[in-house]
Amino acid sequence: MSKIPNELRYTKDHEWVRENDDGTLLIGITDHAQHSLGDLVFVELPEVKDTVVSGDACAVVESVKAASDVYCPLGGIVSEVNTALVDAPELVNSDPYGEGWLFRLRPDSPTELEELLANEDYASFIAELDD
Amino acid sequence: MIELKHTPLHQIHVEAGARMVGFGGWSMPVAYQSQIEEHNAVRSFAGMFDVSHMTIVDVSGNRVEEYLRWLLANDVAKLKASKNGVCKALYTCMLNDNGGILDDLVVYRLNEGLFRLIVNAATREKDLAWLSDCASRYSVKLVERVELAMVAVQGPQARTVVGTLLSDDVSLEVLAPFTARRVNEWLVARTGYTGEDGVEILLPAGQVSALWEDLLEQGVVACGLGARDTLRLEAGLNLYGLDMDESITPLECGLEWTVSFGEDRAFIGRDALEERRRIGVALKQVGLILEGRGVLRAGFAVKTRVGDGTVTSGTFSPTLARSIALARVPTAAVQGPCEVFIRGRSIPVRCVKPPFVRNGEIKVELETEPMIEENVR
Repeated sequence: MSKIPNELRYTKDHEWVRENDDGTLLIGITDHAQHSLGDLVFVELPEVKDTVVSGDACAVVESVKAASDVYCPLGGIVSEVNTALVDAPELVNSDPYGEGWLFRLRPDSPTELEELLANEDYASFIAELDD
Repeated sequence: MIELKHTPLHQIHVEAGARMVGFGGWSMPVAYQSQIEEHNAVRSFAGMFDVSHMTIVDVSGNRVEEYLRWLLANDVAKLKASKNGVCKALYTCMLNDNGGILDDLVVYRLNEGLFRLIVNAATREKDLAWLSDCASRYSVKLVERVELAMVAVQGPQARTVVGTLLSDDVSLEVLAPFTARRVNEWLVARTGYTGEDGVEILLPAGQVSALWEDLLEQGVVACGLGARDTLRLEAGLNLYGLDMDESITPLECGLEWTVSFGEDRAFIGRDALEERRRIGVALKQVGLILEGRGVLRAGFAVKTRVGDGTVTSGTFSPTLARSIALARVPTAAVQGPCEVFIRGRSIPVRCVKPPFVRNGEIKVELETEPMIEENVR
């Protein structure tokens, strides 16, 4: 069973968003996504200071099996990327909501966050996919 | 949607938490936990694969040798009848009249008038129809052995571990590569698809769960199709449907060595292959190593100075810790620089002769790390 933490927001493309006290957002891929992809071997991250638009393909996670785009859940400016993933992409598999985060975003409009899925909505979404 | 078939081990795979996928009409495990750990277990100790989806066909009759010498591109006359319960195996292609590959298969000669063919699951219907069409003038009997299951146990310790499960008077230590021996109702063959030592066991479906559990208890790691694919690619072994198909002859996919042109034997596809050899083969198979970050995938164009080639299958190699592939490129391209484009960026690739890995050892040159030079000084 996939882990789906309460405090996060989700997209139908299997990204998660964590809201920090300083107003920035951490973004990663869900446990369901990492499990479907299998062992990650390569992660391509955006550049710090990149301006991204909601829905943009802004990162790539590549497993032994396939490459998959990561879509930006909100618009904003990338303020930090998880450089640990360059040498240890497997962190996304072992700790998708913690050490496996992908990048940090300073959002244009934090209210966009409300439009993303809550944990129970994402849970029912992936339950339907598995049927 | 067509209902996927289940192997006798299906329930065990599901209970072990395997991720199941459709493959050649069967529901098969792609990985149980980490596919890379499964891969490494085969390279360092022993792993096992449920390959019960493979199609097993027994062919018998007085003229069976004559039939298979006509049907198959390799020559089954190389297989002498079994001695002391040990029989020989042969890898071969089955060609159409144009020399295109209908399938690749392993043939065992169980005794003088009885052969066993192991063909791919995805090509089952086509193969059975072809076998049967070609059989009429030889009055041979074809029997599909659906009641048999098949498990591949692969890795440096595989034969030792399987040996402990057999009775004392059966030794696998003396079983030569590409031979098989009958052990009661089992056929234990020293064959595989991983580039490691090991065996493939064909046995009655009712006995396969117990074998699987016994092997697990011995520490053999259950492996899925994911690890099977990375292992066979490192070993430079073709996968039917990707690295070869009906439009490709053995001359273009690195399998010329499996075609036996000797002693004026007529076989299906021979004329077409000889014609192609006469005019020259434009494409050849090579191994590729990606010299940058990313993963080579089937269908990528390979740019060379004499024209484009194509990646036929690619992956990430856990043993080399970089991406490798099999590709078909213009024959003249092998010596020059090549590149691929991954998400719009040019990345150099190096052409090498497969295999990449055999028996746990890296068989290709990896680029020298600058650090090594400093150490030498």
